[in-house]
Amino acid sequence: MSGWTTLDGLAAGLPAANIDTDQLIPARFMSTPRAEGYGDFLLNDVRQDNPDHVLNNVAAKVLVARRNFGSGSSREAAVYALVDFGVRAVFAPSFGDIFSANAVNNGLLPARLPEELVEELLNDLGESSAEAHVDLAKGMARIDGRDIQFDLDPVWREKLMNGWDDIDLTAQHADAITKFRGEGMARFGWARPAK
Amino acid sequence: MTEPRTLLDKLWHNHTILRRDDSTTLLWVDRHLVHEGSHHGFARLDARGQKVAEPDLTFAVVDHYAPTRSGKMEPNIARMIRTLGENACAHNIALFDLHDAEQGIVHVIGPELGLTLPGLQINCGDSHTSTHGAFGALAFGVGATEVAHILATQTVWQKKPRAMRITFDGTLGAGVTSKDMALHWIALLGADGAHGHAIEYAGAAVRNLSMEGRMTLCNLSIEGGARMGMVAPDQVTFDYLEGRKYAPKSDDWARAITDWTGLPSDEDAAFDREETLNASDIAPVVTWGTSPEDALPITGTVPDPTKAPSGKGETWRAALDYMALKPGTPLDGIAVDQVFIGSCTNGRIEDLRLAAQVLKGRKTRVPGLVSPGSAQIKRQAEEEGLARIFTEAGLEWADSGCSMCVGMNGDRVEAGKRCASSTNRNFKGRQGRGARTHLMSPSMVAAAAITGHLTDVRPLLEGRE
Repeated sequence: MSGWTTLDGLAAGLPAANIDTDQLIPARFMSTPRAEGYGDFLLNDVRQDNPDHVLNNVAAKVLVARRNFGSGSSREAAVYALVDFGVRAVFAPSFGDIFSANAVNNGLLPARLPEELVEELLNDLGESSAEAHVDLAKGMARIDGRDIQFDLDPVWREKLMNGWDDIDLTAQHADAITKFRGEGMARFGWARPAK
Repeated sequence: MTEPRTLLDKLWHNHTILRRDDSTTLLWVDRHLVHEGSHHGFARLDARGQKVAEPDLTFAVVDHYAPTRSGKMEPNIARMIRTLGENACAHNIALFDLHDAEQGIVHVIGPELGLTLPGLQINCGDSHTSTHGAFGALAFGVGATEVAHILATQTVWQKKPRAMRITFDGTLGAGVTSKDMALHWIALLGADGAHGHAIEYAGAAVRNLSMEGRMTLCNLSIEGGARMGMVAPDQVTFDYLEGRKYAPKSDDWARAITDWTGLPSDEDAAFDREETLNASDIAPVVTWGTSPEDALPITGTVPDPTKAPSGKGETWRAALDYMALKPGTPLDGIAVDQVFIGSCTNGRIEDLRLAAQVLKGRKTRVPGLVSPGSAQIKRQAEEEGLARIFTEAGLEWADSGCSMCVGMNGDRVEAGKRCASSTNRNFKGRQGRGARTHLMSPSMVAAAAITGHLTDVRPLLEGRE
């Protein structure tokens, strides 16, 4: 995965709370191999039920949504659907914890904003789209002409910018892991599955 | 003197391999549970040409796509099940395959087989991994990238969540269960109410719960935004585990008990957040909307979006529109088309006993499916005569799997149909596209099956033990 520092593209608003991962990608699509692309699955049922849905008309790179975005199932496929659709950043007052981790692991920014600011942005955007610019290094974004600052965990910022794969990072700690494993087996012998 | 520590502190400390300057911790994983949905994780591992680091600590089970009824298997489902088998074989992982006597839902069989123990860290690519916290384990769901990382390294990077304690004082009333406790607090604090926290459930009402009840409570932690929920281990925990297949034996068992006894939070340990609730205030709860936070006592009425707290009106309106409900309608009386009893939330033997207690000698007005949480539970329920109670009442008795909770195996609720369900998510489309789900306890599902509408189970329990 390659990292990114800034992005420019269209922003769209999804004025709903609790947009869960079952909505982001209905379960029936999840047996598809990733190579086939998940972009069409994004909010599939919601978009089909509402032909005027903003994402049927706008190839948004940036989304603004209400609280608890990505709550529910741990399915990383929800992030694949967003990323394959072209979305690189979501702004919301809160996110599902597992979703946020999955997002950062796939180059998708889950940026937290105060609820009032989200409401203002949703109001600005309405049912159309607007230009957006996001700068990870500065923790700043400009959406529809409004400058905003967002909070981002420094670890996540670094990961998004570098596109690191954790397995490579962890490999550097192989000795510490081996040591811990050995000590653990000595101290907590009962912790291995009995046979 | 050392600082008093919480259960979370102790579990976290015991699994910390190293802590980076940025406070991200590398944690050791004692048990990694995988299922058909883990195929993305295996694909990532294969793409790197790597092998599973600790096959002896990794266990695979067929659950999400497991067919629960006989008949021809869809090619897609067969492929998902076959892929898990191939991955398990290629990486030398123990597999509980579709027809294995120990097959079942991953969060049901982990505890049932004694794979789940106090003091362990348990991960699985499934958000309801929080279930295992009921044993005093550090257990949380992860995504596919983290699944691949655990497969490759047996470790996971994690920031320590804040510690939250939810204390339930008092005693649960008759007909009220841990499912009601969970929906009650989620309605009160919100579906993101415990975001960023690990919950420890405490108090007399929690101590009085069986392991099954504690598992239901911890299972639903994620529906309130917490990735982890836990209960301190005690004699109830030990009694449940002793003699289970993978649980420690003889000397190891004695040493384990000593270690586990030291796990509960120290008396003066500080929590970042405390909530205290009274269990005796809780009535049987049902959901009316499309988020688990949309929950009310069965004695209530469908809420009015015009009276919603600020910012919620639009969401409530959309939920009622999807659910085809009108504000002011009494919840007790909403007609349902079908029922479902099962899932990692409420598919255990005690759940089946509770439902059977209501159904015994009665006939259901609507059809429904009962899917036990595991093959072992299925056999036990048949031996205890529960299966017969279900079928005589008019319900279908099926095999075990995630089934109609998530619909991946084809057990779905049709569009526009209303289902009283003992599951965990009433999300739009969760049980099938356009399906309308009302979450409740297994006893409440049984009550709805008998009357054909959402019903307070308590009168139906009078005179029944």
